[in-house]
Amino acid sequence: MLVQQLVNGLVVGSVYALFAVGYTLVFGVLDILNLAHAAIFMVAAFTTYALVSVGVPLWLAFIGGCALAGVVGIALDRVAFAPLRKRNAGTLIPLISSIGVSIIIGAIARGIWGIDEKHFPVALGDAPPIHLGGITVTAVELVTFGAAIALMLGLSYVLRATALGRNIRAVAEDRIAAVLLGVDLEKTIVMTFFIASALGGAAGILTGLQYNSVTVDMGAGIELKGLAVIILGGMGSITGAVVGGFILGAVETLSVAYISSNWRDAIAFGVMFLILVVRPRGLFGKRALRAA
Amino acid sequence: MISFFTSHSKLFDQLAINALLALSLSVCLQAGQLALAQAAFMGIAAYISAILATQAGLPLVPCIVLGALGSTLAAMLLALPVRGLRGVFLAIATIGFGEILRIVANNLHITGGGEGLSQIPADANTFAIYGALIVVGLGLFGLSKTKFALAIALTREDETAARGVGVDTAGVRFWTLALGGTIAGIAGVLYAHSNFFITPADFGFGRMEQILVACVIGGSTSAVGAVVGSIVLTLLPETIRFLADYREVTNGAILLAVVLFAPQGIAGLWQRERRK
Repeated sequence: MLVQQLVNGLVVGSVYALFAVGYTLVFGVLDILNLAHAAIFMVAAFTTYALVSVGVPLWLAFIGGCALAGVVGIALDRVAFAPLRKRNAGTLIPLISSIGVSIIIGAIARGIWGIDEKHFPVALGDAPPIHLGGITVTAVELVTFGAAIALMLGLSYVLRATALGRNIRAVAEDRIAAVLLGVDLEKTIVMTFFIASALGGAAGILTGLQYNSVTVDMGAGIELKGLAVIILGGMGSITGAVVGGFILGAVETLSVAYISSNWRDAIAFGVMFLILVVRPRGLFGKRALRAA
Repeated sequence: MISFFTSHSKLFDQLAINALLALSLSVCLQAGQLALAQAAFMGIAAYISAILATQAGLPLVPCIVLGALGSTLAAMLLALPVRGLRGVFLAIATIGFGEILRIVANNLHITGGGEGLSQIPADANTFAIYGALIVVGLGLFGLSKTKFALAIALTREDETAARGVGVDTAGVRFWTLALGGTIAGIAGVLYAHSNFFITPADFGFGRMEQILVACVIGGSTSAVGAVVGSIVLTLLPETIRFLADYREVTNGAILLAVVLFAPQGIAGLWQRERRK
């Protein structure tokens, strides 16, 4: 029973981690809270759904959904954040403009796809579940977990071993020093938005597949939970977001199993509040609390 | 003209309640606190007054007093643990506080769970609502003439410098959060007593976003801005009905346009014109 719950927690947690990694990457590089991340999560799920509906194979539709999410992320930066960067608008104003963009994205999605719940025409959920020593895992859970882990490993490789990754880390560490050392700031930021949004989009597609349900407001729940995850892990820390995502997934499934599903989300936010009060830099945040 | 007002009285009531909510956040923003629990304070007071009115038959005025007292106490209790947090960290902690309360209201018996409470007497008429707005407005205007207002502005602009010249910045932060709780509570009671029923979803993050947006598009550091922002945000969807299908897109676009092109908000634009 306990092991089965922990396995379920790993699957749920992998999606939280994937979503939160994109959230925290943007925060780490730009110090802004991007409240349109959940809207991009939803757009990617719808794009993949639309592609699969017209007969595109699932793997290709997945890539298509992530790519479009990445492009929407770049557009978001160009429209809502880049102009504000030029005039040093602080943290509140970009937060508001990201709310504006998320309203626009939501309205467009509603216009195109309507408010009804959509289901994937592919029968991924029909594959027989796998039994392993008393533990049951469905095919869709296995795909979700595998894809999420692969994408996070990919990000880790990009950040550690490529020129782009070095630039992103340099800008996150100290923007002015990075520019002085010849890093192309705007190009790095654009690529950061592409990667962060594509990962957030992947989380949306996996969520849609897992529950075989895509709705316009599917991002509402994860938007605030993603905040809980990045606070738990430490704002701006990729490792923290991954660990935080898995912890939240485990805590949630355990609280559903042993306490009550009604209180599940209260526990997530309770933990977040406690961490902020007791240890605002979270588990892995290196930076001290700043007046950001 | 009169028939226009009577046929739209619901809208005008809503307008004043939104203005009160924006004022409650504006008080916190003026002290540089991005505290986003106003919807929760509103909800606390709304539930207190709904329970008092339906179960003890209390009239509107004592409901307002007790509801606002409850939300003020809640704000003070919240202010203590978050006193060390700034910027987005304060924002996230207060969002978390609001979400916890929403979930609690969703699960308690006394709050009616997810279905909320109904049959709240609709005794908050337009006069009562605008009366409350005028009282709060005059109170804030009076406050703006005191030394405390200067301490608030100093705390916002530079906390260290403010401390350096002897401002009790911790006190400023505590009392502005408490005052924000009071005003949001008054708005919450009026909301409950003009809507017949309330549910936890009325006081969630969506409501908080609306309040924040109203404050910022009006001008985040002035009370006038908060009121202007609420007027724009409440009336905009009504006046651009002819764009029906594009209404939400237009709302988002206007919000973006204000943020990008009018950094001081709509009220700021007017002040800039006046200074020329």
